[in-house]
Amino acid sequence: MTLHEYDVVIVGAGGAGMRAALESSKRARTACLTKLYPTRSHTGAAQGGMAAALSNVEDDNAEWHTFDTIKGGDYLVDQDAAEILCKEAVQAVLDLENMGLPFNRTEGGTIDQRRFGGHTRNHGEAAVRRACYSADRTGHMILQTLYQQCIKQEVEFYNEYYVLDLILDKDPQGTPEGEEVSVAGVIAYELATGEIHTFRAKSVIFATGGAGKVFKTTSNAHTLTGDGMAIAFNAGLPLEDMEFFQFHPTGLAGLGILLSEAARGEGGILRNSEGERFMERYAPTIKDLAPRDMVARAMANEVREGRGCGPHKDYVLLDLTHLEPAHIDAKLPDITEFARTYLGVEPYTEPVPVYPTAHYAMGGIPTNVHGEVLRNNTDKVKGLYAAGECACVSVHGANRLGTNSLLDINVFGRRAGIAAAEHALETAEAAPLDETAAETLNSTVERLRSTVGTSEAESVADIRRELQATMDRNVQVFRDADSLQQAQKDVAALRERFTKIAIHDRGKRYNTDLLEAIELGFLLDLSEVVVLGALNREESRGGHYREDFPTRDDEKFMQHTMVYGGDDLRLDYKPVVVTRYQPMERKY
Amino acid sequence: MTATAEASTPAGEVPSFEVTLRIRRMNPEGTSEHGEGEEYWEEFKVQAHATDRVLDALHMVKWDQDGSLAFRRSCAHGVCGSDAMRINARNRLACKTLLKDLNPAKPIIIEPIKGLPVEKDLIVDMEPFFASYREIMPFLMTDGPAPERERLQSPEERQRFDDTTKCIMCAACTTSCPVFWTDGQYFGPQAIVGAHRFIFDSRDEGQWERLEILNDKAGVWKCRTAFNCTEACPRGIEVTKAISEVKKVLNTGEI
Repeated sequence: MTLHEYDVVIVGAGGAGMRAALESSKRARTACLTKLYPTRSHTGAAQGGMAAALSNVEDDNAEWHTFDTIKGGDYLVDQDAAEILCKEAVQAVLDLENMGLPFNRTEGGTIDQRRFGGHTRNHGEAAVRRACYSADRTGHMILQTLYQQCIKQEVEFYNEYYVLDLILDKDPQGTPEGEEVSVAGVIAYELATGEIHTFRAKSVIFATGGAGKVFKTTSNAHTLTGDGMAIAFNAGLPLEDMEFFQFHPTGLAGLGILLSEAARGEGGILRNSEGERFMERYAPTIKDLAPRDMVARAMANEVREGRGCGPHKDYVLLDLTHLEPAHIDAKLPDITEFARTYLGVEPYTEPVPVYPTAHYAMGGIPTNVHGEVLRNNTDKVKGLYAAGECACVSVHGANRLGTNSLLDINVFGRRAGIAAAEHALETAEAAPLDETAAETLNSTVERLRSTVGTSEAESVADIRRELQATMDRNVQVFRDADSLQQAQKDVAALRERFTKIAIHDRGKRYNTDLLEAIELGFLLDLSEVVVLGALNREESRGGHYREDFPTRDDEKFMQHTMVYGGDDLRLDYKPVVVTRYQPMERKY
Repeated sequence: MTATAEASTPAGEVPSFEVTLRIRRMNPEGTSEHGEGEEYWEEFKVQAHATDRVLDALHMVKWDQDGSLAFRRSCAHGVCGSDAMRINARNRLACKTLLKDLNPAKPIIIEPIKGLPVEKDLIVDMEPFFASYREIMPFLMTDGPAPERERLQSPEERQRFDDTTKCIMCAACTTSCPVFWTDGQYFGPQAIVGAHRFIFDSRDEGQWERLEILNDKAGVWKCRTAFNCTEACPRGIEVTKAISEVKKVLNTGEI
């Protein structure tokens, strides 16, 4: 076992992690630990754009953007955080451009902008062009640009190091409110050698991304198993608003591969089996550019009312055939290639089969606007930060607007990087971390290795498949008490079976078999939290829709869900921060 | 009952078919039948559907037959660059190669990409590859203070280097290059693509520094225009053309 010491340790090298690393490594000795090579991170799969009221092509301002973000999030957004997000958006885009990001350009040479769901002029009057973009590979360009800057700045990466445990100096739940709890470090497993490393640090930033693999049909990478969220949760920290999961309307049918909302921003239209542009019925003003939760529900509703397409009537169609092929090639080259490669459909001439796909966790590790992690509604964990999809600030509330995630990782990744470095510089010494800190992980790894060859053991792959199937069936776009109770029962049974798994690979080197077993544990932990939050929230808001409680209930539920772990899960609430926007009915 | 995305094949019923994978394996720690570091072939049979990719087939092996099979993967739709491998003697991404396009009647031959040290099964050491990329200074270099707004760039200027911005660093090009296989010094095509992306960016002012590196003995002049790289690129980048453009700048002194 090797011990490393740094001022700041960043976990994750996607957009949020690398944006944080650029700030932190300028100020303090920083290591960035990442389970994937940085350029493999799922930020690179983001397509459509990054929102900022640059006003390069149409009149726009940060206040309109703030309003859209809050309304889009169905009033579960912390409004102080949304104001910061939208105000700092412009500089965040300009920073990336100055770093070299190749945005698409206007004729005048400025950054071009396009329409996206839920982004409107003057509080909902009409769609506005707010998304700054680079064809349909904006996330790819952000990831590449940040990585290039990290090379320039000689950021120290530990590639293919899986952080699997978080060490705090005290039990965050056993410590009374008001008393100090500090981060001490993290424990990591090195993929290449199987060696366990202890990283002691004054500050730790979690930027570990999402958890889409709790679902079967998802736009998320195989590696998005919610590691950071589950590790924080298992270290005694709460998770916030986990029942709010975004289902992106346009996943390739049956596969879940993402087709950007930019397809509709550029003029694409959703149609049912009757050829009807059905979004006209659901959102008369902005139609296909309504926020994602509304479009996803409308699509699922068309299908269950029998207006789905295909032999099983189980998807709808995304129609781009009225767009010029040259326009498609210039603005949407990648997603049209996905349709050709994976479904054999030619988008110039044929509409593309699409259905909602699990896409984004609005919830996560609770933080304040500086990225500092909370252990209850008010107390911070000293030195611990989170940013990006794994965090819940909360700027997305009950439903994230398209292009606000690439914005989130840049604004709050930067803020967390600065805050973590400053905290480290003010701190004389990291919290003590003794040699036994790695013991928990060490024994988990040894126990799993010892299961090789066990007879009549359970299979990791079977449990994962069944988990994902029940989550898709029961916790997707439409939910009710029955479906959620079924999911709860299924997850509990799978947890029981998980104690009896056996793996195949006893080796130390590149043992991805062992890591998949550990990742499945994370998925089970998080599924339980998602389902509990969903079952308890007896209302419909944003991405969480209860058929047995189809309206929003501000009186009872305009508050964040907080779930705490331990032997039994415990539910609590946290008030929503309201500055100037009172909740109103959400119509588009 | 709620609406679900129960996956069915979207373009109508497609029957499943059997595929044989013939995989080049190596376990650095050895197995009960094979020594440490010994390379060998192993065959697996899986049931596949028409929309399944090579990556799906590898997962079927790993998840249901032999968990020790090692390969990298992440996004599974051709944008993260993790799963470049040699499939039927051609470099491709496993997640972008459909089984039905490979003549499933014959065994599908899967090997690690060539020219980088094999670590285990289909996993190679990527460090030398990333080291070459770092050497060409792959970041915007400008003089003077940062501007208050964006640097201006016309759509035509932006288009000039569009092709090489698409690179996902999967190494399919570099490890298909016969010069790279035999010459340990050569940067390989990907590093030149990475340099091209900045050399032809109107905002960059470090072109000549970067060109000096490429003019070196390990640089562009090693390229023998075999076109393997262009054929291998899963992003459709015209790699050989990009390399020729860099050579031309070095010959003419004009960008």
